Amino acid sequence: MLRLSGALTLLRVRKLSEQLGEIEAENLTVDLSEVERMDTVGAWLVHKLERDRGATIVNASEDQKLLIDHVARADMPVKIKRDYESPLLVILAQAGMSTLEAGRTMFGMLGFFGALLISTWNIIRHPRRFRFNAVTQQFEVVGVHALAIIGLMSFLVGIVIAQQGAVQLRQFGAEVFTVNLIGRSAVKELGVLMTAIMVAGRSGSAFAAQLGSMKLSEEVDAMRTIGVSPMEALVFPRVLATVLLMPLLGFYAAICAVIGGGIFCWVELGIPPVTFVQRIREVVPDTDLWQAMIKAPVFGLIIAMAGCYQGLQVQGNAEEVGLRTTTAVVQGIFLVIVLDAFFAVFFTSVGWL
Amino acid sequence: MNRQRDTVIEVKGLRNSFGEQLVHEDLSLDVRRGEIFGVVGGSGTGKSVLMRSIIGLQVPDEGEVTVFGESMIGRDEEEAKHVRRRWGVLFQGGALFSTLTVAENIQVPIKEFYPGLDPELLDEIAAYKTAMSGLSGDAGAKYPSELSGGMRKRAGIARALALDPELLFLDEPTAGLDPIGAAAFDHLILELRDALGLTVFLITHDLDTLYAICDRIAVLADKKVVAVGTIPELLALDHEWIQEYFKGPRGRAAAAHKQVEGASA
Repeated sequence: MLRLSGALTLLRVRKLSEQLGEIEAENLTVDLSEVERMDTVGAWLVHKLERDRGATIVNASEDQKLLIDHVARADMPVKIKRDYESPLLVILAQAGMSTLEAGRTMFGMLGFFGALLISTWNIIRHPRRFRFNAVTQQFEVVGVHALAIIGLMSFLVGIVIAQQGAVQLRQFGAEVFTVNLIGRSAVKELGVLMTAIMVAGRSGSAFAAQLGSMKLSEEVDAMRTIGVSPMEALVFPRVLATVLLMPLLGFYAAICAVIGGGIFCWVELGIPPVTFVQRIREVVPDTDLWQAMIKAPVFGLIIAMAGCYQGLQVQGNAEEVGLRTTTAVVQGIFLVIVLDAFFAVFFTSVGWL
Repeated sequence: MNRQRDTVIEVKGLRNSFGEQLVHEDLSLDVRRGEIFGVVGGSGTGKSVLMRSIIGLQVPDEGEVTVFGESMIGRDEEEAKHVRRRWGVLFQGGALFSTLTVAENIQVPIKEFYPGLDPELLDEIAAYKTAMSGLSGDAGAKYPSELSGGMRKRAGIARALALDPELLFLDEPTAGLDPIGAAAFDHLILELRDALGLTVFLITHDLDTLYAICDRIAVLADKKVVAVGTIPELLALDHEWIQEYFKGPRGRAAAAHKQVEGASA
């Protein structure tokens, strides 16, 4: 005979289930006459006594019977845990999946580039499908809003190059060549590269997150059913804005870096601004600027495409948006640096030293 | 079960606005213990905002909200916790945590408020709650993204019921369920109310649900509660929107259905 009393609720259930575990008798008779309150968890414990140990329930009130009956009907096999997988298999599977995924992404990006070219061609043939407002809005978000941060960053990078360069060159008494260092590195490499990294972090991630959440809320599907191509309406404006603005931002960044370096030279090395500008014009060849301006749109294309492609790959849950956004930025920056290396080799071999 | 007629939710002089737009003005209502309280109103009359004000997600401009005799306005998180463990909320879209499985979703509130429970018992609780809300046996281990809309709703109900709350807030629970599922859900709520002495605050557009399970219904219009009562009481009122709502083709169908059901029972 087991007499339960008081509240049979979630609050008490921890202790009760331990106590019940210690009782070993079979064929119990459970008396519920003194139970004041019972919730489904209490009812579940009573039901378990009945089910597993053949207990007989007596003196249950109508409500309690109803509740126990209710819980008993819900007693069916329910799968709670995901199936067990051995860690070794999981690691192997992950390696395989990553490899597959990398291959798939490569083909996917290639296909995406093709789709982008087709929609570009479609827009050229039907200029009315060109979304002017969407493009100008992207100009603002990708370009105008980035001016402050890119300017500040490049300005500081310019100062750092000048300072570090001056310290090293002083040892050879060649301090004056700091100007060459600033001018060439800022215009040829750093302006565009730093801009690309910043744009990937700011806009590539934004593209992925925007398109990803639009995909989740079925906006992209809705667009398709209305007959609007997401490539033309969403991807094209973003890619176009980034491709057009990367050279401008890159040039602006280079100028900011040169200004930063110039101020350092003026203050620390006593080179007056007029002399500094004159020296810059002498030592930086036109080809440095052409190189930067050729690289910039390509970087922009890569960043925007990685962002949009990853965004449109989102499916399932909110976590995926975060993962895809990260992937978009990592891929964007990685591809930019790889391409930059190719460009460097190429331009050197064509004699643009 | 002795069902005292005391008040569980008390709203007095509530005023809510979003910028220029006034949603509620001088809105008052009482919900009594053990009743299923329906809230109806046209789209945009602020039904969900009312629910959010009551559960403390929306701070009203003016007015008082009392739940279980404790004021819900201007409370700190620690204090509010004691009230929160006594209610369950089902949001419109289910609002399941997308990175957890259904079973883990159900266990979240239990683990939060009653830490240290035996994991085996936790799994059992999750299992019978899953079955109770009408989900199939393999649903417990699935992620929300693997479920259909109706199943997500059921999982949301299972989570709302996880703590065996005294008070249940349901925001359009039967929207998106098939008629069989909706009827089963109505039945589930009735049964739980009877067995657990649950008080239910129910926002719905489903006339069948209103006829089948609601004890009293509040009608939201013109920024306030224009009427509260049983369906016959509301039908007796001369209010244009109420008449249109309950006597329109859908209202008549639901009423006829209720009568047929009553006759056959």
